[in-house]
Amino acid sequence: MEKIVKNFAKGLVVLIILAPLGLLAVGETFGEWSNEEIHEKLGFVPQGLERLSSLWGAPLADYAFPNDESQTGAITAYILSGILGVAICGGLLYYVGKKIAKN
Amino acid sequence: MIPIWYYAGKRLSAELKSRQVPLLAMAAAFSFVIMMFNLPIPGGSTGHAVGGAIIAIVIGPWASVIAISVALVLQALMFGDGGITAIAANCFNMAVAMPFCAYYIYKFASGDAVITSSRRVIAAAVAGYISLVFAAALTGFEFGIQPLLHIGANGLPLYMPYPLSVAMPAMILEHLAFGFVEAIVTALIFSYIQRTDTSILFGDESRANRNKSNKPATT
Repeated sequence: MEKIVKNFAKGLVVLIILAPLGLLAVGETFGEWSNEEIHEKLGFVPQGLERLSSLWGAPLADYAFPNDESQTGAITAYILSGILGVAICGGLLYYVGKKIAKN
Repeated sequence: MIPIWYYAGKRLSAELKSRQVPLLAMAAAFSFVIMMFNLPIPGGSTGHAVGGAIIAIVIGPWASVIAISVALVLQALMFGDGGITAIAANCFNMAVAMPFCAYYIYKFASGDAVITSSRRVIAAAVAGYISLVFAAALTGFEFGIQPLLHIGANGLPLYMPYPLSVAMPAMILEHLAFGFVEAIVTALIFSYIQRTDTSILFGDESRANRNKSNKPATT
């Protein structure tokens, strides 16, 4: 592996370890509210959003373990999510890329 | 989005060299991780950088479409982030509009400056800043036209409730702040590449290849 690629990989590992800092930010991104949050803001939940929200259940919704509210749980889940995300994104493109790449 | 993905895939399979494969994979991984860094802003909302600018500068805009899309689709499917009904819109804003905007700003602002010049660092930073705000403005526009397009039988909005006059300023003002993060990340990585190995940069390599198509790429 080229040196710069190796160093990028190291950088990624550091980013994954630091990722739980992203948990410090409270509040929700504009437009990414949950049904409860939007109800609080508007006093009602738009019907279309309510209908669509049950379309898909993400296995690790919000990068957290289901039913685990503890802080260590949240941090572990966040790091695990980072590892999974990097492994799946990187792995998939590496595999497909190797198949289609010309030398 | 499907025709764009299709075309980007074709471009990629025609142009991708095996040397670039690790960079492509890492670009997607990097984009995924950088979006996990939620940053707070006054007012109780959060946002994040995308990494779209530096990715476009390193692997080129078409490869960026694929790399960032993969990260966004995974976020939606696995982590319920962004949402599956919003995949196409999110990908258009962050995986198409952003890298193309960034790449051409970078190219334009760089001019003929040598690859290691500080002008290019500034160009990269500016590209990061503007492209993030641009992607955010597009997103705000898409939010804002929802109450115009989709009204339920009871007269209430079906999906996003806020009009353009709320959604656009909200998205743009927030991202005027996050833009600095995107700019700094872009500049740091770019100057690191300048100091170590500029041959990985997209434009650098393709220009060399266009001039001397049969000469093997220099290392």
